[in-house]
Amino acid sequence: MPGVIGVVDHRNAPRLSPLAGTFFGPDGGLLMLQDGVVPYAGCPVALVVARTPEQAKAAADALPVTYDEQPHDTHFSAGHPAARPASTVFGEDANVGDVEAELARSAVVVDEWYRTPEEHCGAMELHSATAWWDGERLQAVDCNQGPFIVATGLATLFSLEPERVRVRAEHVGGGFGSKGLCGPQLVLAVMGATLFGRPVRVTMSRHQVFLMTPPRPATEQRVRIGAGADGSLRAIDHEAAFEVSPLASYVENCVEPTKTLYAAAAIRTRLTAVPLDILPPFSVRGPGLTPGSFALESAMDEVAERLGLDPLELRLRNEPAAGPVSGLPFSRRDLVACLREGARRFGWADRDHRPRTRREGRLLAGTGLAATAFSTGALPSSASITAEADGSFTVAVGASDIGTGARTALIAVAADALRVGTDRIRMRIADSDFGPAWAAGGSRGTASWSWAITDAAAKLRERLGDPERPVTVTADTTRVLGGLPPRERHAYSAIFAQVTADPATGEVRVRRLLGMFAVGRVVNPLLARSQAVGGMIMGLSMALHEEGVRDRASGRQVNADFAGYHIAAHADVPDVEADFVPDYEPDDPSGIKGVGEIGTVGTAAAIANAVWHATGVRQRTLPIRVDRVLEDDPR
Amino acid sequence: MVDDARGEVSLRVNGTAHRLEVDNRRTLLDALRDSIGHTGPKKGCDRGQCGACTVLVDGRRVVSCLMLAVAADGCEITTVEGLAGGGELSPIQQAFVRLDGFQCGYCTAGQLCSAVGMLAEHAAGWPSAVTADVSPDLAAPRLDAAEVRERMSGNLCRCGAYPSIVRAVLETAARGQVAG
Repeated sequence: MPGVIGVVDHRNAPRLSPLAGTFFGPDGGLLMLQDGVVPYAGCPVALVVARTPEQAKAAADALPVTYDEQPHDTHFSAGHPAARPASTVFGEDANVGDVEAELARSAVVVDEWYRTPEEHCGAMELHSATAWWDGERLQAVDCNQGPFIVATGLATLFSLEPERVRVRAEHVGGGFGSKGLCGPQLVLAVMGATLFGRPVRVTMSRHQVFLMTPPRPATEQRVRIGAGADGSLRAIDHEAAFEVSPLASYVENCVEPTKTLYAAAAIRTRLTAVPLDILPPFSVRGPGLTPGSFALESAMDEVAERLGLDPLELRLRNEPAAGPVSGLPFSRRDLVACLREGARRFGWADRDHRPRTRREGRLLAGTGLAATAFSTGALPSSASITAEADGSFTVAVGASDIGTGARTALIAVAADALRVGTDRIRMRIADSDFGPAWAAGGSRGTASWSWAITDAAAKLRERLGDPERPVTVTADTTRVLGGLPPRERHAYSAIFAQVTADPATGEVRVRRLLGMFAVGRVVNPLLARSQAVGGMIMGLSMALHEEGVRDRASGRQVNADFAGYHIAAHADVPDVEADFVPDYEPDDPSGIKGVGEIGTVGTAAAIANAVWHATGVRQRTLPIRVDRVLEDDPR
Repeated sequence: MVDDARGEVSLRVNGTAHRLEVDNRRTLLDALRDSIGHTGPKKGCDRGQCGACTVLVDGRRVVSCLMLAVAADGCEITTVEGLAGGGELSPIQQAFVRLDGFQCGYCTAGQLCSAVGMLAEHAAGWPSAVTADVSPDLAAPRLDAAEVRERMSGNLCRCGAYPSIVRAVLETAARGQVAG
């Protein structure tokens, strides 16, 4: 066909190394076009390279592909026969005290199942990469959350020496986890560039982004909580099952909040992985804690209901003095400050805790809250700073700004560390040639990169007396981070929601959303507030709208676009309030914790709890769809 | 199927005339980005579901991924690059910057063009789905947050910059700076 340069498929694709992977281990999902097996619906079977996008699209549509169908299973349930204990990469299951004995002694026991569906990152920018060979060197401009990590993965995948691969991602249109890996767009672009000896750009369609970039796995979670009549928790038992692919290991660490949020005489957690014939799931904003806190914080609200206790008071009465499972001291724990200040601003003290007692015309109204923690810290990174002859400073760090404002924040950190104005800082980011650096992920980007920058600045300032210019110093935080004392290090938040529910239509609308956050030192309040607000809006979207739906017969997601998979739009979102209580991380030179993900974490539970307060019916399955509210309406 | 049928098209983009020979399958979005080099409009879905590619065609909001370039022949097109004049950002752009009406920025060009088109629609008296009184003899309905949210709902923002965007639009409208 006109314009076609060639087709890459499993017969001619460059061979890939099965060693490439992620934090969790080798990732067979990266091994595209290596054989004739299609392990999940949506897996690429060929790449057509043409001179123009129109020609490539027409040729791809015309490409004959024949399939033999084999048995497959994409239907998730916690009781699936293939269920097995999850990897312990995030630590062993908790097993503190005697859960059964404590439950038997409890005045009230909540024992419920909570369910969350597959959810997608849905970054607005389509995954796109351009790759070309520059002599012996592979060059790529990609959209990703960590160019160094992606370049390293790409080198492993194509069996190249790491120094022969350069990946840049200077401008990225949102990530939320989906751009944390060596993406299909990059792998396929490199294949095309390698086979056809020319630059190749691959831009995935929105449909392909849904089918080929990893979702948050569906979860089913059983939470049992026992409490004394005074509201003191006796036992928390949290079992969480989530789907995985046999191609790659992954852990949706739903039980993390259960291990750290509340004191209880007995705490037990279990993580179960259910392998299915699906694309390997991976981190979506607030991984683990987002579905996990929905279960835990919904169950806590149910405990308060059964005790006839203010849900705020229940949280305040179960503050731990040290890590409830780890026994480690908290570096700083400001959950109470978040709860109290959030309650004051929200007007929580006036709340009538009885459900289904407020009407506004035909609407039922209610309020709810949730508390959360999100683990924080820094991961090894390097940075270089050059003192230039003109008095300016060039800072080079492999950071990625996916919309967080990292570039802006790091300029402030560097200016602070060098004790000069921001106008003298030239910040260069997102180039794998800048050396090892953590990615924009885990709410650890700013903390990790800032630490490397402040270390480099300290070294450079010792040399500024020497008139030689330019002078460059490099710092790497690997060693200093290895020497940090073990602590429970978390950001905290309290989320308050006000909703209305229409019993006639089942529609839930969020009237008000307020979050108080303890995220360490806030580098840039404008940007940090936007992160918190945006995270809460993603949580709202998760609570009410988002659900990846699979057709069991084909195993394929049936709503793989923005018409079928609704994300919150302008009309779904009220004004959102977010603010910060004073906080700092004592072990971080800049006092930073992290703000990227915690906004998403508690919001779904706060909204679900508000829906109960409005309607008198618990919503234990997300999203809180109109049919679920309608069907469950007691009248 | 006829492959690679090509057509000639005249577009006036941000005041500059362009005469192009394009693949008839080429969308206005791809023509703006790949044929002319205006990369302000962004491709977020290529099927009219996200609004990131919104431009103004003869003053009206259009998702440029759903319009073929040949169908825009003879049209006057404004992209985000055309909103600023004389090296200075337009009032709506300044409001977005001041109020942090964006995070990753990918939807921003579409939000801005949509806001400019929407404010003009409102000023012309167009009602929306949330307008209480749609009597034809009424002047423009009162522009409040609910009206802005409804009218801007074709522009998705996954980062969740919505509250700041709504503030920026309302602030710009209150100053009477409809033209963007």
